[in-house]
Amino acid sequence: MNIFITLLLICGLIFFTGGTLGILRFPDFYSRLHPAGKLDTFGLVTTVGALALYIAFVQGLFLTALKIGLIIVFVFITSPTATHAIVDAGVRAGLKPWTKPSSGEDQT
Amino acid sequence: MRNQSQIDSEKRTATLPFIITFVIMIGFWLIFSGKFDLFHLSLGVVSCLLVTFFSSDLLFPTGLKTDFLACWVRFALYVPWLLYQILLANLHVLRLSFHPRMMALIDPHIIEFNSHLESDIARTTFANSITLTPGTITVNVSAMGRFTVHCIDVASGDPLPGEMERQIERIFKE
Amino acid sequence: MEHVFLYAGLYLCLLMFLSLYRAVAGPTILDRLIGTNAIGSKTTSLLILIGLMYHRVEMFVDIALAYAMLNFITVLAASRYFQKRKGLYDENTD
Repeated sequence: MNIFITLLLICGLIFFTGGTLGILRFPDFYSRLHPAGKLDTFGLVTTVGALALYIAFVQGLFLTALKIGLIIVFVFITSPTATHAIVDAGVRAGLKPWTKPSSGEDQT
Repeated sequence: MRNQSQIDSEKRTATLPFIITFVIMIGFWLIFSGKFDLFHLSLGVVSCLLVTFFSSDLLFPTGLKTDFLACWVRFALYVPWLLYQILLANLHVLRLSFHPRMMALIDPHIIEFNSHLESDIARTTFANSITLTPGTITVNVSAMGRFTVHCIDVASGDPLPGEMERQIERIFKE
Repeated sequence: MEHVFLYAGLYLCLLMFLSLYRAVAGPTILDRLIGTNAIGSKTTSLLILIGLMYHRVEMFVDIALAYAMLNFITVLAASRYFQKRKGLYDENTD
């Protein structure tokens, strides 16, 4: 059980690493939202789910594990909403999305 | 006679959301407090009644449909498929994010398409599912059902108004 | 198992410092908002790790839940507030 939990935890940390690298490397703000909105959410769910398994089956605190499950459900509902709020603010402010220079004709 | 029965049915449709909201709230109270003695239980019942009295019309603003329970069961069957899609999407974005020649692989563009989903809740579920799955983020949903979606590369935007819309249409039976 | 939690927490702290670069140096305000949101979601899982290290999980879980809600409300309020400001455009090209 401990080995399984450690593997799940490491998977979540890899997803977090991908999210952070994506935020640092992607060219503009619209494409930065893709790793921020998805990889961070999934990394959080995996990491926290591994800790919930540890708390439920090794320490035996089922009520606390249930609370952590509620955190996961909450994050799954709110994360797309937060992403959508940021995108909406960008669109209303008139930010132009970055496109590939070879395919776009607005090079001037 | 008919008037009386109409009033009765109206009263029943107002009572059922009240009971459902109260049950949901008392469940949350029990999980979050974690104490099961008489004092905390009565405190929970009193405060849940108060909150339900003020805001029971917020959770079901259009009233309950008849196949309310079947709708939830179909939604629960939809969730594992959505989780699998989310896993695929995350592996795709993860590969993009670690790739050394990332700038050559991505090609952000915006697509638009029409959806024939009618109700608000179906559209909200569809938009949130799009945001969670492969390389796409919903930018805007107009009142006419026109979706604007930002895709990170060409392959992820192609299959969009297809499989997922059919699944959601089957959930909410429109 | 304690050592696994300790090193996972330290690694999360390192990732938070990397996200802080985007929050400090991002060209637009919305980039800073993305960086802040990423730090907040890492903090939620770091709080539960800290609770496991100090053997006080049932207290730290409540704090983590409140922090997740607060993170969501922060992003919503800030993106509504900065919606039609000039600061959203590229600060270098002004």
